[in-house]
Amino acid sequence: MTRNTDLFQRDREWHPPALTRDYKTSVTRSPRYALLSLQSSASEITGPTFGHSDIDPLDNDLLANYAKTGAPIGERIIVHGRVLDENGRPVPNTLVEIWQANAGGRYRHKNDSYLAPIDPNFGGCGRTLTDDNGFYVFRTVKPGAYPWRNWVNNWRPAHIHVSVFGTGFAQRLITQMYFEGDPLIAKCPIVNTIPDPRAIDQLVAALDLNATVPLDSIAYKFDIVLRGQRSTFFENRPEGN
Amino acid sequence: MVQKLDYLKESPSQTAGPYVHIGLAPRAAGFDIYARELGHDITGPNAKGERITVSGIVTDGTGAPVKDVLIEVWQANAAGVYPGAGEVEPGFRGWGRVVPDFETGEWTFDTVKPGPVMGRDGRMMAPHINLWLVARGINTGLNTRLYFGDEEAANATDPVLDLIEPAHRRQTLIASVDGSGYRLDICLQGDNETVFLDV
Ligand SMILES: [Fe+3]
Repeated sequence: MTRNTDLFQRDREWHPPALTRDYKTSVTRSPRYALLSLQSSASEITGPTFGHSDIDPLDNDLLANYAKTGAPIGERIIVHGRVLDENGRPVPNTLVEIWQANAGGRYRHKNDSYLAPIDPNFGGCGRTLTDDNGFYVFRTVKPGAYPWRNWVNNWRPAHIHVSVFGTGFAQRLITQMYFEGDPLIAKCPIVNTIPDPRAIDQLVAALDLNATVPLDSIAYKFDIVLRGQRSTFFENRPEGN
Repeated sequence: MVQKLDYLKESPSQTAGPYVHIGLAPRAAGFDIYARELGHDITGPNAKGERITVSGIVTDGTGAPVKDVLIEVWQANAAGVYPGAGEVEPGFRGWGRVVPDFETGEWTFDTVKPGPVMGRDGRMMAPHINLWLVARGINTGLNTRLYFGDEEAANATDPVLDLIEPAHRRQTLIASVDGSGYRLDICLQGDNETVFLDV
């Protein structure tokens, strides 16, 4: 039985606000009233857990997990890093899911009609559990930039969508990983929903030559930080847990 | 000068975008990739309690359905126990993913009605299901709760509903009894804007 505790308050000034006019879709999808702030109860500090029986060993290898006739087209990359909490502690055994466009910038989704072709050997999603020290790794191809209808000439920087759980449902997080050196990052209205440039830097994965597989794949390192848990030195945890 | 606090910052959120289903519900995106796609079975086969169906629609500030929303649910079992916090029936996960019909935006899921769970300061919380909504245009996932319209007595003393100062807004979290099931329409914005939670 896990002994989960209260979470650090989420820093709403570090996250994007709900209403960000330059990302137009947010205008009608952003609540106008203030969020109701709650102290944690069992409903927030517990959360689903996943095990190795839920996933397959190949699920984190996007070069292979949808391969039909051969490997997908594109630049072969490794994305690796750790899931940590705000205390700097690793988050072990937590589910990390990713999804992305193919090397041409096209998604395998019935609602995507971009003229770049579908890659028959690329699904575009993967998932894994972090190890005992919070480490995770994926193999994939570098996604292409793609256009989207916001302003007439908007292009998303190359990015990988990332979903992470943690131990409490209130730690649930979806974000996006960008690639070091991409000139489109600074021009993207979705990136720029994040007000603080240091927070944007936190989403840019570093080229990691030490982690490449020579003559095979180039590597990027991307650490993900979830909300921290309060210490239990003082009995401030909710009743009933 | 003082010592530096060496906490890390939480990774900032970014919208899940319109293609969230590829990652979290690939069959809804139109393809089959995983042997076991997660989130389709909230209760497992052994769950005790009342089997219920919950349905609804999420609408935006113009009243239009949000057809690309993805909702995650997290709930206790019928005895009011969350997985991880105590013994639950084998196979009871308490968690699931809900994707609406892309044409209409209507969603539905099957589960068991959760029992009441102890809240802070020894105050019992009325039966509820925790919801987390992500979609294109939602920059940070939205947390809310679903309470049950036929639990009037428990709802009246629920410590979270009690925090909602304009009493009429409490109704935005309470699912109505709808035939054999429950229905909760969620408004992201507008006159009936749902109460969203900073949990
Ligand atoms: Fe994308």
